[in-house]
Amino acid sequence: MALNLKELASRPERFSAGHRACAGCGFPLVIKMVLGSIKEPIVAACATGCMEVTSTIFPYTAWEIPFIHNAFENSAATMSGVEAAYQSLKRQGKIDKDIRFVAFGGDGGTYDIGFQSLSGAMERGHNMVYVCYDNGAYMNTGVQRSSATPRGSHTTTTPAGKVGKGKQQYRKDLALIMAAHGIPYVAQASVGDLVDLARKAEKAFNVDGPAFLNVLTPCRLGWNVPADSVRDIAKEATDACFWPLFEVENGKWKVNYKPKNKIAMDDWMKQQGRFKHLFAPGNEDIRREIQEEVDRQWEALLKRAEEA
Amino acid sequence: MSVVAKKHRIALTGNEAVAQAMRQIHPDVVAAYPITPQTEIVQIFSSFVSDGLVHTEYVPVESEHSAMSATVGAAAAGARSMTATSANGLALMWEILYIASGSRLPIVMPVVNRALSGPINIHCDHSDTMGARDSGWIHLYSENAQEAYDNMIQAVRIAEHPDVKLPVMVCMDGFIISHGMENVELLDDKVVSDFVGSYKIDHPLLDIDNPITFGPLDLQDFYFEHKRAQAEAMVRAKNVILQIGEEYAKLTGTKYELFETYRLDDAEVAIVVIGSTAGTAKVQIDKLRSQGIKAGMLKVRVFRPFPYEEIKQALSHVSAIAVLDRADSFSSIGGPLFSETRAAMYDAEKRPLITNYVYGLGGRDINLAMIEKVYQDLLEIKDTGKLKQYVNYLGVRE
Repeated sequence: MALNLKELASRPERFSAGHRACAGCGFPLVIKMVLGSIKEPIVAACATGCMEVTSTIFPYTAWEIPFIHNAFENSAATMSGVEAAYQSLKRQGKIDKDIRFVAFGGDGGTYDIGFQSLSGAMERGHNMVYVCYDNGAYMNTGVQRSSATPRGSHTTTTPAGKVGKGKQQYRKDLALIMAAHGIPYVAQASVGDLVDLARKAEKAFNVDGPAFLNVLTPCRLGWNVPADSVRDIAKEATDACFWPLFEVENGKWKVNYKPKNKIAMDDWMKQQGRFKHLFAPGNEDIRREIQEEVDRQWEALLKRAEEA
Repeated sequence: MSVVAKKHRIALTGNEAVAQAMRQIHPDVVAAYPITPQTEIVQIFSSFVSDGLVHTEYVPVESEHSAMSATVGAAAAGARSMTATSANGLALMWEILYIASGSRLPIVMPVVNRALSGPINIHCDHSDTMGARDSGWIHLYSENAQEAYDNMIQAVRIAEHPDVKLPVMVCMDGFIISHGMENVELLDDKVVSDFVGSYKIDHPLLDIDNPITFGPLDLQDFYFEHKRAQAEAMVRAKNVILQIGEEYAKLTGTKYELFETYRLDDAEVAIVVIGSTAGTAKVQIDKLRSQGIKAGMLKVRVFRPFPYEEIKQALSHVSAIAVLDRADSFSSIGGPLFSETRAAMYDAEKRPLITNYVYGLGGRDINLAMIEKVYQDLLEIKDTGKLKQYVNYLGVRE
């Protein structure tokens, strides 16, 4: 039977309450869905960032499962060592349990500083899932731009000013790059659809080899949105086709959700403080170009899914 | 001394000897990346994996940063874990060196000493490991391939000792030792395997019934206590190194201590040195002794923890000392071995005059004539009672 919320809610908590993430933060949901998606034991790693600093303040921890944090850029490499240890000890008969492995990182720790470590781990074929919680900037250090930051976004290193219009570049399409690694499973998910996220995590854990999930996880502070709007904003990102939900299984692309009524990027962006400056007179061209790019990417995705 | 273990004498390079030690130690995981002059170690070890001679999971990572990161992950998971590197590779690991030691993981890593860039150079000096001297790793240096082999085997026991739980670097001079062929005496596989025993850590990550959070955020209320405990482990390491050395001597007949002295007991002038240069110096000392000059040497094996008290006692009777550094610290007051040795001698009742020679950078040869020059300078210092300068550069065009 496919996973549903009732089943997910009945499983033991693997990430406890009492962590210190902001009210309305998206990533505790990501952790709960990913860790709850399977019943087998899981060992988790995490890059330095909000997730790690709010959940493991010594002598406390929110992790009810074995957890390791090493540094910022090496969540994937660290987990590849843990997984290698497991393979070795299992081969020697020193471990007989079926253990699964997941490495988490934010977009800074995944798209940017941890990109090489991630690429290496995926190419080597470790039996692990990598989950990027993408909130579109370096939120832990106070909202600096990353290569996941969307064009036009105000961040503290691409501030909207008298001349500056926010980030000048479009975001990097990381899921496409990971699919190009030829690994068995790549998917894009969102905290806007928790069941879809949990089902993808379950699939990711059950493939033979590496899997990558990119999960849109809005940051209420960095995006400048109300604390109770994070899931709605994430859902609308998908309805705007800015963040399509798709999966790539053994090279076969599938779009999981096609919005019946596509939301205009203007309608999505205007709810977020980070795009406020784009609605000042004179910035219409930037908003038009952003819409055109989102449309182009969506068409390219549909084409990939049809061609497969 | 009765020696119990049978030994096999064969011609090996330093890299081959270290790879053989790794095969006999039989680590659960090796994660490594090629870099000259270390590359051969991981090549040879890979062939052991490919031929089924070891059960090791070999992780051919995409950088040294990931090599150390994966090694930390594997060691924390509950696997005996190793990597190997040189120079820039060690520099790329830098951040994670501190995490390995701060996490008290008993990783053993051979480092084939090579000059750090820039300018780029692939030959021997100690700038790589000396730069990592404050990273919380135990540093064992080797004079030749035999010592590199013996240090590797002892390093496992030192690192994993419950009083220590710190990572160990086993350093050997690039090309001079790593690629030089020598007769090396290897122990039987079973003797090594019994000596190193099995790997155990207190809270392995893979113990899923007893979950642990590894590498948490450690703030103003606990970080200092953890660092204090780490400092204490390094203090305790000294006795452990001596104990393991004694135990190893019972097997092999060769005793390893914190340092080796050569004709030092009645020496009036002495040099302090690290690595392969000690072999050259011994020849020169014999020559000088035959001329009636009371020359001696102290060769440092253990640089971290630094055996300051023992070095002070060993050198306190000497009139003039030259410390030979195969690395400059660019402090304007000489190399790291000079700073440490000079500080150790501060409390001597009769402080010797101590000078420093920086030599051999980027693989520049050091020969008998150069070492003779150092002793001639020392004799002049002894006779005049005066140091001309603290820091000298040996064998360089000025």
